[in-house]
Amino acid sequence: MKSLEELKAIRDKMKGSVILREENGDNIRVVVGMATCGIAAGARPVLAAFTEEVAKRHLTNVTVTQTGCIGICQYEPVVEVFEANGTKTTYIKMTPDKVARIVTDHLVNGNAVKEYTIGNL
Amino acid sequence: MYRSHVLVCGGTGCTSSGSQQIIDTLESELKKNGLENEVKVVKTGCFGLCALGPIMIVYPEGCFYSEVKVGDIPEIVSEHLLKGRIVKRLLYSETVSSESTDVKSLNETQFYAKQHRVALRNCGVINPENIEEYIGMDGYQALGKVLTEMTPEQVIQCIKDSGLRGRGGGGFPTGVKWSFAAANQADQKYVACNADEGDPGAFMDRSILEGDPHVLIEAMAIAGYAIGASEGYVYVRAEYPIAVRRLQIAIDQAREYGLLGKDIFGTGFNFDLFIRLGAGAFVCGEETALMTSIEGHRGEPRPRPPFPAVKGLFGKPTVLNNVETYANVPQIILKGADWFASMGTEKSKGTKVFAVGGKIKNTGLVEVPMGTTLREIIEEIGGGIPGGKKFKAAQTGGPSGGCIPAHLIDTPIDYDNLIAIGSMMGSGGLIVMDEDTCMVDIAKFFLEFTVDESCGKCTPCRVGTKRLYEMLDKITRGTATLEDLDKMEELCYYIKQNSLCGLGQTAPNPVLSTLRYFRDEYLAHIVDKRCPAGVCKHLMQVTILADKCKGCTLCARTCPVGAIEGSVKVPHVVNQDKCIKCGACIEKCKFGAIIKK
Repeated sequence: MKSLEELKAIRDKMKGSVILREENGDNIRVVVGMATCGIAAGARPVLAAFTEEVAKRHLTNVTVTQTGCIGICQYEPVVEVFEANGTKTTYIKMTPDKVARIVTDHLVNGNAVKEYTIGNL
Repeated sequence: MYRSHVLVCGGTGCTSSGSQQIIDTLESELKKNGLENEVKVVKTGCFGLCALGPIMIVYPEGCFYSEVKVGDIPEIVSEHLLKGRIVKRLLYSETVSSESTDVKSLNETQFYAKQHRVALRNCGVINPENIEEYIGMDGYQALGKVLTEMTPEQVIQCIKDSGLRGRGGGGFPTGVKWSFAAANQADQKYVACNADEGDPGAFMDRSILEGDPHVLIEAMAIAGYAIGASEGYVYVRAEYPIAVRRLQIAIDQAREYGLLGKDIFGTGFNFDLFIRLGAGAFVCGEETALMTSIEGHRGEPRPRPPFPAVKGLFGKPTVLNNVETYANVPQIILKGADWFASMGTEKSKGTKVFAVGGKIKNTGLVEVPMGTTLREIIEEIGGGIPGGKKFKAAQTGGPSGGCIPAHLIDTPIDYDNLIAIGSMMGSGGLIVMDEDTCMVDIAKFFLEFTVDESCGKCTPCRVGTKRLYEMLDKITRGTATLEDLDKMEELCYYIKQNSLCGLGQTAPNPVLSTLRYFRDEYLAHIVDKRCPAGVCKHLMQVTILADKCKGCTLCARTCPVGAIEGSVKVPHVVNQDKCIKCGACIEKCKFGAIIKK
């Protein structure tokens, strides 16, 4: 290690990884429904797409996690976004293609993508 | 990128209860479910709650699974990690609320709520075999700050201002120790670390080495810079194989990353670190004996002065600190002396790690601010004494310390308070004893340990501890007189005043402190020939109550030495000459007809 900059570079690279282990209530939580119905409807690639997209953009304030069936099986794959202020947005019939836009518009800029939400039925 | 991290404890406690098999099964199950690129398995150091091992934590949810078995893994993988359904039956019961479906955070449980982790902050959080995870937790930032922004004098001043005192037992101010070594001019100086941890029941140093080895490397490099040393030695006992292996891995990685070696951070500062294995002799935890052992000689102490800061390792000025002391240093440098000094009591700053064991529910490691009371540690964090038994005393400081009786349970624990009540901090072993413990027997247990461990160099310790042990033995056999008791007390003071090193000087402490608080128990053994706790075998008799005995013969068949006589349907009798008082018959008797008194 020849300079502090090198050390900082490693720290910043790792921060995104180890921060997952700090219980942080202020994080935005992206919850993907991964019950049998969700998996059958294709939730796995959606989950993977979210993980990848969040990592690509180094969004350390976003947690991607999964949950069981929330009861609206006909709209699976369902993804819910919980923000620190308590708002919940429910996205339905998700596909990996829709993920990038949700990450940019909603997670980064704070504007929910209305046309993908359950309210837009 | 992994969306979930599964942390499995790889400390000695959980490894011995099978955590490696759990990791192997976990990895193969993840593969089977195609999750290996989404879920990361991390083998960490100790979480502290050793009584509930093997322990597993799943992030980001922070689910705390305890006493996990290999057979539970497929369920955890297919339910929790794949489908997101937490396996509630395997959660640590305290994190599951009966009213709601929410899973409580680990930090809200009684065991962790009052803890404040400084020395143990990375234990159970990072993978100790991966230097980058340590760096990700701000590791080596303190070393960078010290080398680029601070002079050695400023470093020492910062440690002095923080009020950090030696965590190995003595409680000597660390900054002052460093300034002595810095002031001595020499062509070569050394930094040494005492990781010999010989107190029965203490294992915090082991846990730090196993869970966060880089913190030690960083702190020793900082100490090297502060005093002007370019070489360091870690003296660790060979009985800690996991700790030794991880420390070696950490040293190799630090060298590879240029954090040990020549010209660190391009500042021209050179520092390298070496491990020396100890064979596990208790006396080698004494500083002069430890350094003699590092030099390759028989581990025997020598008189002080000269102190190590003047003439230490290989005759050169040396700073020697314990693992836990070093573990506080990088945080003090990064967060400042004031931050550290804001925790604790007036004369004892910061936090202290205790290894809590004995008659307590949550056996394990706890780190609390200095000044926390014994009651908080035992009743709240420790979960109290199992089986509804009454708290009798706690032994701190191992064989060099003393006991704290029940009426002093509200004493705030710090260096000076413990000395005032006749015990000492020691390295932080805390053995809890309930009403079934005989204090004379405990004193005898510790004396037996010091007799074994006395190196034999000086007579007061070599012969004195042996004679002291024999006197205690006589008391537990019921053959001692009151005159013996006086003689014993006199011998205690003689050993304390005349022994060469700390081992002998503190060896009589368990006897003196039990005499101070539990003299009545000694008197009961001597005058009434009775052991109030019912522990000392020679003072008890196992008898069968004729009116309750049905003559079922079960006890006679159970007795390993054939000491119970009698025929079917006739009350049995114990032959006292043969009875070894093992109590096997008492456990077997269905009618409660056999008693020990």
